[in-house]
Amino acid sequence: MTELLKNRTVPVLLFVLLALVPVYASLFDDRFVLLFATRILILALAALSLDFILGLGAMVSFGHAAYLGLGAYAIGILAAHDVWEAWISFPVVILVSALFAAVTGAISLKTRGVYFIMITLAFGQMAYYTATSLSAYGGDDGLTMWGRTEFFGTDLFANDTSFYLVVFGILLGSYLFLKQVAASRFGRVLKGARQNEARLNALGIDPFKYRLAAFVIAGVMAGLAGALLANHAEFVSPAYMSWHRSGELIVMVVLGGLGYLHGAILGAIAFLALEEILSGYTEHWRLIFGPLLILVVLYARGGILGAFKGRGK
Amino acid sequence: MTTPVLELKELNKSYGALHVTRNVSITVGPGEIHAIIGPNGAGKTTLIGQICGALPSDSGRVFFAGEDVTALPVAKRAMRGLGRSFQITAILPEFSALENVALGVQAKAGHSFRFFRSAARDEGLNEKARQCLDTVGLLGRVDIRAGDLSHGEKRVLELAIALAGQPKVLLLDEPMAGAGPDESARLVDVLGALKVSIPMLLVEHDMDAVFKLADRISVLVYGEIIASGSVEEIRNNPAVKEAYLGSEEGV
Amino acid sequence: MSATLLAVQTLNGLQLGVLLFLIAAGLTLVFGVMDFINLAHGVQYMLGAYLAVAGYQLTGSFWAALLFALVVSLLAGLALEFLVFRHLYDRDHLDQVLATFGVILFLNEAVKVIWGAAPLSVPIPDLFDGSLQLMDNLRYPVYRLALIGSGLGVALLLYVLVTRTRIGMLVRAGATNPDMVAALGVNIRRLFMIVFGFGTMLAGFAGIMAAPILSVEPGMGDNLLILAFVVIVIGGIGSIRGAFISALLIGLVDTLGRSLTTDIARLLLPPAAANDVGPAIASMLIYILMAGVLFFRPSGLFPVARS
Repeated sequence: MTELLKNRTVPVLLFVLLALVPVYASLFDDRFVLLFATRILILALAALSLDFILGLGAMVSFGHAAYLGLGAYAIGILAAHDVWEAWISFPVVILVSALFAAVTGAISLKTRGVYFIMITLAFGQMAYYTATSLSAYGGDDGLTMWGRTEFFGTDLFANDTSFYLVVFGILLGSYLFLKQVAASRFGRVLKGARQNEARLNALGIDPFKYRLAAFVIAGVMAGLAGALLANHAEFVSPAYMSWHRSGELIVMVVLGGLGYLHGAILGAIAFLALEEILSGYTEHWRLIFGPLLILVVLYARGGILGAFKGRGK
Repeated sequence: MTTPVLELKELNKSYGALHVTRNVSITVGPGEIHAIIGPNGAGKTTLIGQICGALPSDSGRVFFAGEDVTALPVAKRAMRGLGRSFQITAILPEFSALENVALGVQAKAGHSFRFFRSAARDEGLNEKARQCLDTVGLLGRVDIRAGDLSHGEKRVLELAIALAGQPKVLLLDEPMAGAGPDESARLVDVLGALKVSIPMLLVEHDMDAVFKLADRISVLVYGEIIASGSVEEIRNNPAVKEAYLGSEEGV
Repeated sequence: MSATLLAVQTLNGLQLGVLLFLIAAGLTLVFGVMDFINLAHGVQYMLGAYLAVAGYQLTGSFWAALLFALVVSLLAGLALEFLVFRHLYDRDHLDQVLATFGVILFLNEAVKVIWGAAPLSVPIPDLFDGSLQLMDNLRYPVYRLALIGSGLGVALLLYVLVTRTRIGMLVRAGATNPDMVAALGVNIRRLFMIVFGFGTMLAGFAGIMAAPILSVEPGMGDNLLILAFVVIVIGGIGSIRGAFISALLIGLVDTLGRSLTTDIARLLLPPAAANDVGPAIASMLIYILMAGVLFFRPSGLFPVARS
């Protein structure tokens, strides 16, 4: 099994299956599956970006949902001012997320351990409350978009299938990018700093700027996920950035298996599928999910991929 | 006399009422191994921390190659060529032995903001890393996960990582600690061969190793240098015998 | 803003500060002594409030409800410690965050199932009914004053406990050097349980005291938990004194900020914009404060030296 994980079978299989979802949906005329899969992939993108800093760099960011909100609000607010073109709105999304990540990261990364967890949580809450007080853009109630982002005037985002493919493409691109970065010199510093910071310092590497760069990369990626989420729901709400959502993203990453990158995608699928199935039985699905989460933490630390590997990471 | 590679001037460090190092002044010249010995709790590890920049000194200065580096943080001092090994093994357990050392090479090269080329297939890094592993005799173990190496091998790897940064001086904090007799002997050989090119400040409990390697020895007791001199001088110094060696000889 | 309003808001700020302190005290002790980050501390506060409601429905007396809720809060906390938390003490923070997040999901949902999602409340006890004339044109509800008073009382009690008793000494020693305390032959498990039970009871107590004036509803602990985190981060994790000072600071800054920022914004901006910007800045104020404190003092205002 270890060999299976070492080579690329699992991620290749995963992406092939994901690519086949629209085929399945059109064969069986199952629009629900297509929409559900789109939502999964969008949140998988956010989880993937979190795994990059959490799994590789051990930065337990508890405010990652803020970027979902930032990206979504950038799209929503521009749409409210009748700006729909992706070539304008997506660069804005990237810029806003990068800026927020750079500023909050520069402060948060000065701290360690539990302080880092709490300060990222607090920055997430700050973004959340800011969104709730934006009364011009719906405040607490959120902001309904009357349409979707346009791509050079085409309806690439509006058609269910092509939107799925856009999301899939961004997820695949991000995955390949992060995989490459993880294997690069930069990635080696990031992973080394997680294992022994004093050693890196003694070699002349101050991990701070590398961590910050990774933090910004992850922020931008999650911001993109937010932009896609806004298009998917055609609705933007402060709830995107609630700290529960940040918690759920961490759950996805850990559920899939920390630090594998494609584990985060598996984790997002498992989490959302479980939520969907459980909530089919009872509206109080959290009554089951909560204890389940505790059991996973106590007895299945390596997550899905860790179970394959035979021991926790 | 040539400029010392490393010069400590009147270093002090206290924790509250506890004076851990007092007016410590030491030099390490080119091609020299200067050993610091002393009983447990004498302040040796604190002193290493002050030299490499992990602990701020209350007073005193650290000069490196003639330049005052007292105000520089750890990473900056390391970049200038101050290499170190840790008393408690500080390797990256999830990386292979080769990756551990390659990171040291990469740090020295100073190009770590590279996002795309695979570091594992970067032969420039790997080649230099292999040379360092060869120097310490670990070439047969390059692909082993560092966490899975034997304790003695980890001690040797620790040295190889430090070497990868091409240091101008090495601070060695008990490099023999926990190494078996074979590995200790190997380390003595390796260090002896290296000292021509890399001067060292050696903190060590293993007296055989110290007497074999050191050109000069300073004795640190309760944070103070009570004696400093050649191996012979230290062996025959009555104060040292009483404070330190006396108890050892009795064992 | 008039002097009266300022006085009222200051009292409201103190009230929030006291509530925050009751929650933060347990949180910071548990973290300081056990290096354990307990996200479920907020739902334990919520549980206290719900138990007060249940106790009141059973007995019709606030005082009986207070006693009932305190005892059951403690038992519930110990049960959680036994079932979940004690298996997490030697895990990393990430595991602790996840498992206690699971507890939050469960308990928030459980109270919804048992008591429904609609807000509940407990009447103010007769003894503290009515209001008090504090200044010429300032009347303030007695119960709220009692709340502030009891919070300050608990703070004093804690201070005495921590500085004057053997357990307190162990707690302080445990926060600075857990290994040494263990080496002294102290039963760490039991010390943990006592600290944990005590912290839980404080959070429960905060919930009970809040029940008559805040609406008791699922999720009511979540926002307070985050605020309590801000409090202990600013105060310095593990420091009771830090938690006390920063709880009052946060309570005041947040409450006064909310009534002042819009006024201040109006001085600089047109009224419509000020009405938008004011509340946004007000809600960010404490986070900005925290960021500022951490930027200059990464371990908080009263760092506990850990060795």
